[in-house]
Amino acid sequence: MAPPAVSDEEVELRLGKLLQIGVLAAAALVLAGGVGYLVEYGATPTRHTLFVGEPENLTTVGGIVASALALHARGLIQLGLLLLIATPVARVGFSLLAFLRQRDRTYVAITAFVLILLLASIVGLTP
Amino acid sequence: MCKRTREFRVSTLAFTILVALGSFVAGLLGSLTGLGGGVVIVPLLTLVFGVDFRYAVGASLVSVIATSSGAAAAYVREGFTNIRIGMLLEVATTVGALIGAYLAGLVSSSVLSVVFGLVLLYSAFASSRPRPEHVVAVKDPLAARLRLDGSYPTPEGEKEYHVQRVPLGFGLMLGAGTLSGLLGIGSGAVKVLAMDQAMCLPFKVSTTTSNFMIGVTAAASAGIYLARGYIDPGIAMPVMLGVLAGALVGTRILTHAHPRVLRIVFALVIVALGLEMIYNGAAGRL
Repeated sequence: MAPPAVSDEEVELRLGKLLQIGVLAAAALVLAGGVGYLVEYGATPTRHTLFVGEPENLTTVGGIVASALALHARGLIQLGLLLLIATPVARVGFSLLAFLRQRDRTYVAITAFVLILLLASIVGLTP
Repeated sequence: MCKRTREFRVSTLAFTILVALGSFVAGLLGSLTGLGGGVVIVPLLTLVFGVDFRYAVGASLVSVIATSSGAAAAYVREGFTNIRIGMLLEVATTVGALIGAYLAGLVSSSVLSVVFGLVLLYSAFASSRPRPEHVVAVKDPLAARLRLDGSYPTPEGEKEYHVQRVPLGFGLMLGAGTLSGLLGIGSGAVKVLAMDQAMCLPFKVSTTTSNFMIGVTAAASAGIYLARGYIDPGIAMPVMLGVLAGALVGTRILTHAHPRVLRIVFALVIVALGLEMIYNGAAGRL
């Protein structure tokens, strides 16, 4: 086994910073959408006690992106939340690249399996 | 199933501010005590604000990802995360999270509430016990084949550790993942049990590796919750921002030691919420 080109710690440190940027960007989107949401709905009464589910434009990746691009407040919040959910997924993706570079086949397979499960859950392929 | 315990009728603005404040306190206490704030978000939303259980779990999952990913860089700088252990166990927690999210669609809110209460009681119990360290000097063949062993810096120099009982740790992690997907929590207490007790990792390695895994586990079930319409932007927004702000302030105030008195107070709050969740679930009021 050849020695790793990039140390695990170095990879992790870069990934940690990437995650922090992802979280801050997500928080900024949620905050911007939140302000718009309160301007739009702030005075109306709450209705969270009853479960009604969300409309399709807030549950699919395509619907959320379209809604956010149209600058709908709820769509912007949801895009921020989607970005937040994507940060750990990106972390797994970068770990996969690191294991590929280290030619560590066992962990390439393990990491690819985790990544596929995560992507499948986000695009709604899981039951 | 949709019976309401409490009417909580205020304007959306007041609701948002109150939920954000409650989430801020939860994030602050969770970070100051090291017990995690995610565990009190669902009781706060369901018991106090009368939010539907599914919406509460969806919002809680989002806040768990925010605190875990937000703290990742700080943990990595300490340099003890074992990425191989984390990735191997993520197979178990991710599969578990998908099972949990699937079950959450089948089980009634009353049952979920009782299970949640029991997990809260266990978390409080586990946090009150001393955490003995079991670093072992014997190599385990499976752990060696998976190259899980590592070393970490101590005042006496680099110290090696050998991972034990990989299958038991993996099985416990499957359970931790299932609870995470079912209840929207990080399942820190079960993860620590698996890594400290079963796999004999040093604390500094198990704590950081656990944080590294929590975000990925929560993302797996959050994806399903989002696709099912269980993540409502109006509820998740103040929860995510509040918990994140609380956790950031908490880590600024102190970095290592967790004040004992605060831990005890927070553990008692968790016990009270756990009993209330069990009572409400058993009475069919959620």
